[in-house]
Amino acid sequence: MERNHHLHRQLANLRQSFFDQGYLDEQFIQLEELQDDANPNFVEEVVTLFYKDSARLIHSIDQALEKHPLDFAKLDSYMHQFKGSSSSIGAKKVKIECTQFGEYCRAGNVEGCKRTFQQLKREYAVLRKKLEAYFQFVRQIGPIETASRPN
Amino acid sequence: MEKMANELHVLAVDDSHVDRKVIERLLKISSCKVTAVESGRRALQYLGLDGEKTSVGIDGLKVNLILTDYSMPGMTGYELLKKIKESSALSKIPVVIMSSEKILPRIDRCLEEGAEEFLLKPVKLSDVKRLRDFILRGEGDNEETEKKIKEGSSRKRKFHEDSSTQSMPSSLVTGHDIQSKPESSAASVSQQPLPKQPKIG
Repeated sequence: MERNHHLHRQLANLRQSFFDQGYLDEQFIQLEELQDDANPNFVEEVVTLFYKDSARLIHSIDQALEKHPLDFAKLDSYMHQFKGSSSSIGAKKVKIECTQFGEYCRAGNVEGCKRTFQQLKREYAVLRKKLEAYFQFVRQIGPIETASRPN
Repeated sequence: MEKMANELHVLAVDDSHVDRKVIERLLKISSCKVTAVESGRRALQYLGLDGEKTSVGIDGLKVNLILTDYSMPGMTGYELLKKIKESSALSKIPVVIMSSEKILPRIDRCLEEGAEEFLLKPVKLSDVKRLRDFILRGEGDNEETEKKIKEGSSRKRKFHEDSSTQSMPSSLVTGHDIQSKPESSAASVSQQPLPKQPKIG
């Protein structure tokens, strides 16, 4: 039992580090609050959809960035979608890159777009890796005991 | 008006798969029936845009509220709103617009076109609960609501960004804060103890 408590503590610390280091924001907590015994994996399910959407959008943007001249309107539209879903799961750093990319798009800045997109892909990869490890850990050690929320 | 007491049927429209899943969950926790579709076109199909029909979905369930994203490919939320308000069969259904962007002329345009409210994304549980209560009140007292809507036709912006700004006219709604107890036992949300609240933005 002690080991279990230790693991739960590790998990809680890992989770807290995401907020402390700015990878996730308050929206992630909003999603956690929508989980219950009947829907214990809700957050992971939403995040999995996010990976799927993101993979598609990254691919579309990569392709669009190969075209000459760049279709900034199209790029901005893809990025708007990416920003939306990042925001919906609380992916703070990724969202920041999306905003930056959008600004370069509207300014018609080719180099800025390309550079920011590389940055965005890096941030996305880091976040994805962290979240995958986190949910794997969650599954391994079982649900955290829940306390009822004080009124 | 036939509807189970305290249960709204909401038609949610959003092209984002992630957002559809989240809004669906928010609505279910708030004891609403949900039909989620991915586009304005699908929404109109579902509603059977046809002068003779009532606001009954093709599966027979009356729609009490339409909650739509603004930015969608094909038909925007605004265009969907217009089509609904232009339809004699559907114009009475309240429409709420969601958007991740707080663009004031856009918000004004939607409200002028007849949107009930404009919600800033990401939408929170408190937003949905407040909306549900507002619509339930309206449904229960339709004549009074219609009169108020006519009076408030040059309405000021009453969009909401977060639960702490309870700026809706108190005659139409009572604010609910996020700590309020869920009304149905089905919506039992178990809370993980939060070690520390992160700073918000």
